[in-house]
Amino acid sequence: MTYEFEFGEVFAYWPELAAGAAHTLVLSTLAMAIGMVVAVLGALAKTSGPVWLRWIIDAYIELIRNTPFLIQIFLIFFGLPSIGLRLSPDAAALTALVVNVGAYGIEIIRAGIESIDGGQIEAGRSLGMKPLQIFRYVVLKPAIQAIYPALTSQFILLMLNSSVCSAIAASELTAAAGDIQSRNFRSFEVYLVVTGIYFALSVVLWSAFAGIEQAFLRKPSRR
Amino acid sequence: MRTLSEGDILFILLAVRWTLLLSLIAFLGGAVGGLAVALARTGEIRALRLLARGYITVFQGTPLLMQLFLAFFVPSIFGINVDPWTAAALGLSLHASAFLGEIWRGSIETVPHGQTEAATALGLRYWPRMALVVVPQAVRIAIPPTIGFLVQLIKATSLASIIGFVELTRAAQIINNATFRPFTLFGLVALVYFVICWPLSAYSRRIERKLTLASR
Repeated sequence: MTYEFEFGEVFAYWPELAAGAAHTLVLSTLAMAIGMVVAVLGALAKTSGPVWLRWIIDAYIELIRNTPFLIQIFLIFFGLPSIGLRLSPDAAALTALVVNVGAYGIEIIRAGIESIDGGQIEAGRSLGMKPLQIFRYVVLKPAIQAIYPALTSQFILLMLNSSVCSAIAASELTAAAGDIQSRNFRSFEVYLVVTGIYFALSVVLWSAFAGIEQAFLRKPSRR
Repeated sequence: MRTLSEGDILFILLAVRWTLLLSLIAFLGGAVGGLAVALARTGEIRALRLLARGYITVFQGTPLLMQLFLAFFVPSIFGINVDPWTAAALGLSLHASAFLGEIWRGSIETVPHGQTEAATALGLRYWPRMALVVVPQAVRIAIPPTIGFLVQLIKATSLASIIGFVELTRAAQIINNATFRPFTLFGLVALVYFVICWPLSAYSRRIERKLTLASR
C-alpha cells in the first residue's frame, strides 16, 4: 500500500466538523420533537377518529414507509416550489424529516396506546382517582415504558438518516464533509473521520438513552 | 430547457431494472454475509461473537450514505479504482449483512435451547445441528422481518444515485436537469418505488399476523 494518509488536513477543519455535528444534532432533535406531535395526533386520529380520517392516516403511513427518503426530500425541496411553496434547504430538510418520522412514529405511539390495559384505568377510577390522576399515576409510566425502546432507536435512525439531507445542501455534518473534501481533496480521510463522528454520536445517544431507562423506567422486579 | 417527452419517461422507467438488479445483488450478498454474521454471533467461539457484534454495531451506528462513500473511496487507497456500480453493490451488501445478521440472530435465538440440547444428545455436531434442527425452525420467524428489510434495502438503493450510479432516482434527476419538471418526475419515481415496495410490505405484515395467530 503506497497511499499516504493525511488526517492532519482533515482535523485542520475541526471547527466546521464540530459545527456540522451540532447542526445534525439540532436538526434531528427538532425533527423528532415536531415529528412526535405529528405522531401523537396521527395515532389519536387512527385509534379514535372517523373512518375517512383513518383512511387518510393509513395512506400517509403507507406512502411514506414505501418510498425512499431521498425522493421525499426531493419532492419537498424541488417539487413544492412548482405549487408556489419555496423552502430553504434547511427548512426543506426539517420538513422532510418531520413528515418521514411522523409516519413511523404514529405506529409506535399507537402500539403504546394499545398496550394500556383497560382494567387498570377502571381500577384507578374505583379508587376514586380523577382522570388527570389516572393519566399521571396509572397510564403514563407503563405507556412510556412500552414505547421508549422503539422511540429512542427511531431517534438514532433519524439522526443517521439526516445525512441524506446533504443531497439538497442543508447544513449538517455530511454536507460539511462534502464541503471540506471539495477543498482539500482528501475524500477518504474526510469521510472516515465523519463516519467516526456519526458513530460517536450514536454511541453517546445509545448510552444516554440506556442510562435514562435504568434511572427512571426500570420495571419493578417480579417475585 | 426542453419539454418532457415520452422517451424521457421511458428512460426513467427502464432505469428500474438497475434499481431491481442492485437490490437483488445487495440482498444476495447480504444474505451470505448475514448468515455468516448471525452464525458467528450465536456461535460458541467468543472471539467470533465479539467480532460479529462489533460489525453489527458499526454498521447500525453510522449512516448508510457514509458506508457507500467509504465503499467508493476505500478501494482506491489500495490502488483499486471502483466504478459507482461496484461501490454501491459492495456498500449495500456489507450494510445488508449487518442488518440481516442481526435479524437472523434474533430468529435463531427464539428457537428453544432444548432443541439444541436434544440434537446434541442425539449426537449431532454443530453443522448438522444448525442445518437440520435450528435453522429450519428459525426460518419461519425470520421471513416477515427479512421481507421488511428487503423493502428498506430497495429504498436504500436510491442513495446509490448520490455516488453517481444511474438507477431510478438518478435517471429522474438527469431528466429533471434538462426538463425541470420536478413534481411530475419525482412523483412518478415515488410511485414506482411504492408499486415495488408496498406489496412486499403488505405480504410481510400478512405472514407476521399468521405467525402470531399460530403461536397463540
